[in-house]
Amino acid sequence: MLLFTVLSVSLVFIIGIGLYYKSIPVLQNSTWWHLLTSSVWKPLKGLFGFYPYIMGTLWVTGIAIIIALPLCVLTSLYIVEYAHSRVRRILMPFVNLLSGIPPVIFGVWGVLFIIPLIQDHIAPHFVEFSTGYSVLAGGIVLAVMIFPLIVSIINEVLRTMPQELKDASLALGATKWETVKKVILRKALPGIIAATVLAISRAFGETIAVLMVCGNNAVVPHSVFDAGYPLPALIANNYGDMMSIPLYDSALMFAALLLFIIILLFNIISRIILTRLERRISA
Amino acid sequence: MTKDKAHISVQDLNVHIGGNHILKDINIDIPNKSVTSIIGPSGCGKTTLLKTFNRLHDTAADVKVTGKVLVDGEDIYDPNTEITHIRKKMGLLSQRPYPLPMSIYDNVAYGPRIHGIRKKQDLDIIVEKQLKATALWNEVKDRLNSSATRLSIGQQQRLCLARGLAVGPEIILGDESTSALDPVSTSIIEDLFVKLKQDYSIVLVTHILRQAARVSDYIIFVYNGRIVEYGKTEQVLRDPHEELTKEYVKGYIV
Amino acid sequence: MRRRNLEELFFKFLMVLATLIVGGSFFLIVGTIFYKGAPYMTFDMLTKIPGGGFYIGKEGGILNAIIGSMYVAGGATILGLIISIPVAIYINMYMDGQKFLANTLRMVFDVLFGIPSIVYGAFGFLIMVYFGLRASLLGGIIAVTLLVIPILVRTLDEVIRTVPLELRDAALSLGSTRWETAKVVLRAIRPGIITAILISFGRAIGDVAAVLFTAGFSDNIPTSLHEPAATLPLAIFFQLGSPIEEVQGRGYASALILTIVVLIITILSELLVKKFYKHKS
Repeated sequence: MLLFTVLSVSLVFIIGIGLYYKSIPVLQNSTWWHLLTSSVWKPLKGLFGFYPYIMGTLWVTGIAIIIALPLCVLTSLYIVEYAHSRVRRILMPFVNLLSGIPPVIFGVWGVLFIIPLIQDHIAPHFVEFSTGYSVLAGGIVLAVMIFPLIVSIINEVLRTMPQELKDASLALGATKWETVKKVILRKALPGIIAATVLAISRAFGETIAVLMVCGNNAVVPHSVFDAGYPLPALIANNYGDMMSIPLYDSALMFAALLLFIIILLFNIISRIILTRLERRISA
Repeated sequence: MTKDKAHISVQDLNVHIGGNHILKDINIDIPNKSVTSIIGPSGCGKTTLLKTFNRLHDTAADVKVTGKVLVDGEDIYDPNTEITHIRKKMGLLSQRPYPLPMSIYDNVAYGPRIHGIRKKQDLDIIVEKQLKATALWNEVKDRLNSSATRLSIGQQQRLCLARGLAVGPEIILGDESTSALDPVSTSIIEDLFVKLKQDYSIVLVTHILRQAARVSDYIIFVYNGRIVEYGKTEQVLRDPHEELTKEYVKGYIV
Repeated sequence: MRRRNLEELFFKFLMVLATLIVGGSFFLIVGTIFYKGAPYMTFDMLTKIPGGGFYIGKEGGILNAIIGSMYVAGGATILGLIISIPVAIYINMYMDGQKFLANTLRMVFDVLFGIPSIVYGAFGFLIMVYFGLRASLLGGIIAVTLLVIPILVRTLDEVIRTVPLELRDAALSLGSTRWETAKVVLRAIRPGIITAILISFGRAIGDVAAVLFTAGFSDNIPTSLHEPAATLPLAIFFQLGSPIEEVQGRGYASALILTIVVLIITILSELLVKKFYKHKS
């Protein structure tokens, strides 16, 4: 039992060390700084600039959070503060079902629904031509994928708010919305931040659904209708060539290491915030 | 004469919560500018009665209220009544202090700001006045911008009282407001109640008979959702008419 | 007064709208998949392997991917359980005096849960290279096992924590050893274990990124652990990329199959969770 526990916990370190070990060749060939900021990607010459991929990841994740966060905060407020408990009992199972849908299905939905929507109905209002395969499509699909995660965390946070605190504000003659805006949201802020950080780290690592809709063009996007090429998609798309070109496998493992480090940090941060919040409320 | 004019008038009030009949046929007039204590064993419905006065039950599901509660002659359960207007008339002091998640100053200024006072000067005056009224000014005047949660529990409760007074209420509702406090803080709050009754009508829920005796002019004894006895403090405690009241206050007399 | 009430109404409207979008997205997704997939749904889809190559062949079904997915998800869940049950018991029953350590371990598993499957896939690939394995059923099972361990540990951990302390104490005070007590606890949480299996299986069967490097792909049903195996999500992904309409259609139908399978699993586990907690309280 102890052995299994130690082994599975040390998985974190083993993965980190393993990926780092495999990244050493490309790191010897270049510096961290150069790898992160260069835009030149010429595997045959041993040049690996991750900048466009990092920007692709940031664009897609940013769009997803901008779409999902307000929607989820409003939804949670409605479910917890306003709606009859019946609404929650009916709605939450569907949110849970949504979280069970595999990424590839989100990808298929993106191709069948979001891409045509952007191509025919949204993009024409803003740009001359768009295939629909864009960071916006990736962002929308990702946003829907992180709905359940954000809603369920914020629901939990809101439900720990003491009724007396709300009563105190209401008793002063504040309306319900004023109470929500000035007291509840302020008190729930750390929880909302933790949910966001967790959602960001989830969005960072999402591979297949994003890969299917965001165009995979390795240039830094300049508008939401441009195609992007996030890091996970880079890894997934090129695994076939990995072994045939020297240093290529090392570069892709470096990409995986990058994802691993960022997501590890974000996860730890949000877990610490959430645990603190839990402790403060139960104290 | 004005002193005994009814400020809150309850008529045929019945409250059901989740199918349980919590308050039964309540009829009572609560007088102006005096302290009225609601006493009774726990679970008898005294807090529920207090909460019907400012409709805080609205926030809970499954609560059904019938009958009338008149405040200054206006039925607060009338659908046309503006609920925020009713609540502004009453300050609530709950069992434990719940400072809002903001600074000391902003806690007191919260109510006035909501009701449209924006000017810093006006707010400054209100904050200082109410903090003085609750004997808190000297303790906090140098740290008005620090978080309210850093105050001691006793200070927090006085801050909550100041916060309630800042919206200019006519009535103060206290729900076992001293039960979480130490004896010194308790006596400060009790003294404040006695002082404040010159300007406000005060209704307190308490299960401490000595406290009811110390601060109140009138006592309402509630048992099992019904009002058993209602009268002047002295009479209810010394010479109760009802057998049930006699049983309940027995501990006090000895 | 008017302005304040208008503001309240406005935001309440926004909240209802947001709730409809968030709740409606589920129906939109499932609806789209049904609408596109149903016309291509045939009996052959479920019973035949692809004819003439999965990318260009117009005939046959995806039996290879269905079986492959069952093997990978089933194998990973079984392997994951063998590792996770002892871990969950250890955290809950052998670390009585070390609450901080136990909670830190829980956090580590939460963090492991947050690591994306592409990283597990890449790491699984590293292990395979290290041991000289080719992309195969075994490789896929190993990578997916890593992916489901954190899920299984945390689910089992939550379930074990619902077992009343009295039950454990009663067993212990009767003179049982901790291991015997653990067996009592395991019996008490049997429905919880089934829930954990369902959740893990549902996650495993839907994942692409972890099997992409490790399981390979094949038009045939694997007959040994060392043969490459097709999986449903990967089959969907590849078929969708085909220029041939019939193959794309098969991709939609495959998506429908996967959606139905995962929905059934999720609903079952939700019902079990509900029943389990009702039973407890």
